[in-house]
Amino acid sequence: MSEKTLMKGNEAIAEAALRAGCRHFFGYPITPQTELAAYMSRKMPKMGGTYLQAESEIAAINMLYGAAAAGVRAMTSSSSPGISLKTEGISYMAGADLPGVIVNVQRGGPGLGSIQPSQSDYFQATRAMGHGDFYLPVLAPSTVQEMADLTYIAFDMADAYRTPVVILADGMLGQMMEPVLMPDAIDPASLPAKPWATCGHGGERPHNIVNSLHLEPQRLYEDNVRRFAMYERLARDEVRVETYRTEDADIVLAAFGAAARIARSAVNAARDRGIKAGLIRPITLWPYPTEAFRACDARAFLTVELNMGQMVEDVRLAVGDAAPVSFFGRCGGILPTPDEILSEIEDIAERLGE
Amino acid sequence: MFDQKMEAVFAGFGGQGVLFAGKVVAYAGLLAGREVSWLPSYGPEMRGGTANCSVTLSDDPIGSPLVLAPNVLVAMNQPSFDKFLPDVVPGGLILFDETLICPTSSLPEGALAIPATKMAEDAGLAGISNIVLVGALWEKARFCERDVLDRAIDKCVSASRAALVEKNKQAIMLGIEATS
Repeated sequence: MSEKTLMKGNEAIAEAALRAGCRHFFGYPITPQTELAAYMSRKMPKMGGTYLQAESEIAAINMLYGAAAAGVRAMTSSSSPGISLKTEGISYMAGADLPGVIVNVQRGGPGLGSIQPSQSDYFQATRAMGHGDFYLPVLAPSTVQEMADLTYIAFDMADAYRTPVVILADGMLGQMMEPVLMPDAIDPASLPAKPWATCGHGGERPHNIVNSLHLEPQRLYEDNVRRFAMYERLARDEVRVETYRTEDADIVLAAFGAAARIARSAVNAARDRGIKAGLIRPITLWPYPTEAFRACDARAFLTVELNMGQMVEDVRLAVGDAAPVSFFGRCGGILPTPDEILSEIEDIAERLGE
Repeated sequence: MFDQKMEAVFAGFGGQGVLFAGKVVAYAGLLAGREVSWLPSYGPEMRGGTANCSVTLSDDPIGSPLVLAPNVLVAMNQPSFDKFLPDVVPGGLILFDETLICPTSSLPEGALAIPATKMAEDAGLAGISNIVLVGALWEKARFCERDVLDRAIDKCVSASRAALVEKNKQAIMLGIEATS
């Protein structure tokens, strides 16, 4: 019987990955995700797995490509600038239909930016994790428990759809400790076979090829169309969202990850003042929980992010002309306070009252 | 204070164990079945030699784990004391290591000066003044049952340093006796 323990978010991701049957990790140190790699370096060798500190982020993502092609559960992790370096490899993985889990414990940008928490890689994660026509599932934990749970789920999702999956966390969630209950450990040998993997055919079947290069236009076209049919299934079956006090809400906040925790406090404070506020917390940032917004009868929406306003575009796409959508955010590693958000809610409430 | 929401800041020099002290309190909260969060500073100030952490114990889900207006401050060096003292809410509990900190202005009522470093050294517990302060905090705030605090020590001291468990528990007693 397992019990709740106090863990850092970065460590919770690592432990959950091991329990999901991940036995290959390739990384390169960068604050604020380094504890994840450090945890792997301690635990992985004892479990008969491979921990490898690569010479660069680019090397690490290509090692992930190789391990995934061989059919094993594998992971890499980094923080914002390091993720940018990995995007070429992520695009190759998407093009080769390779499952793998990529963790981004975001820090402020652009450039080297800061080492403090940020959500400024939302566009990158949901729109362009590399060149070419592709998406990938993006999971956004908001607690240390979800750091574990979503990592565990990410491996299943990656295998089921044969796609890389991104865990989009941030420095706050990576560094903080909270109680966490770990999922049960899976024996990697018990996982479903991957008949497409390039793991040696022993002369008993034709050899498999894992590749993202298709010089013939028709072949590449068909490849993309087939992959987009998979994205449609993903968008239909894998959307995850939490709604909080939205049933009768006049003002609905939208926030994910760390920002959602603070937004939730602000919603409670607004309710205490008689303002009917609620919160939609997307857990999958792609596919986006568009329906949750359309199901709301709110008179105004407010997105709260640790950036200059990125997810606000998806909220506007979901809401359309039904209600005004405004934005409040802080960036550079500054966390908004519940009072600041409450003040925004009160301003909106006042405008609605006029 | 036992069942109130506790929002604490532990601050001092790197190496004094302020992060560990905060972890012990957070673990005690976990063992008591409460919602808890612990958030360390990991920014440039850490490289400059000071460290701090925010610890929240609550009966409701915790929003931001960053404590901006603490109702508990445990300070172990002068820069941290000077920096965080103005943030403490009125009526908040302030504990500071008197061996290392000399208040330059008049202290709010209820501020507790504890010569934790000297007490620890005199008792053969050099380096565990952080836990002396945790003991003192427990005596004043009673944020968990007494036995839970010892169990938190058991959880937080790594198995490879088991010899330190008893010393930490002695340090807790020292802190309790100093404030009771």
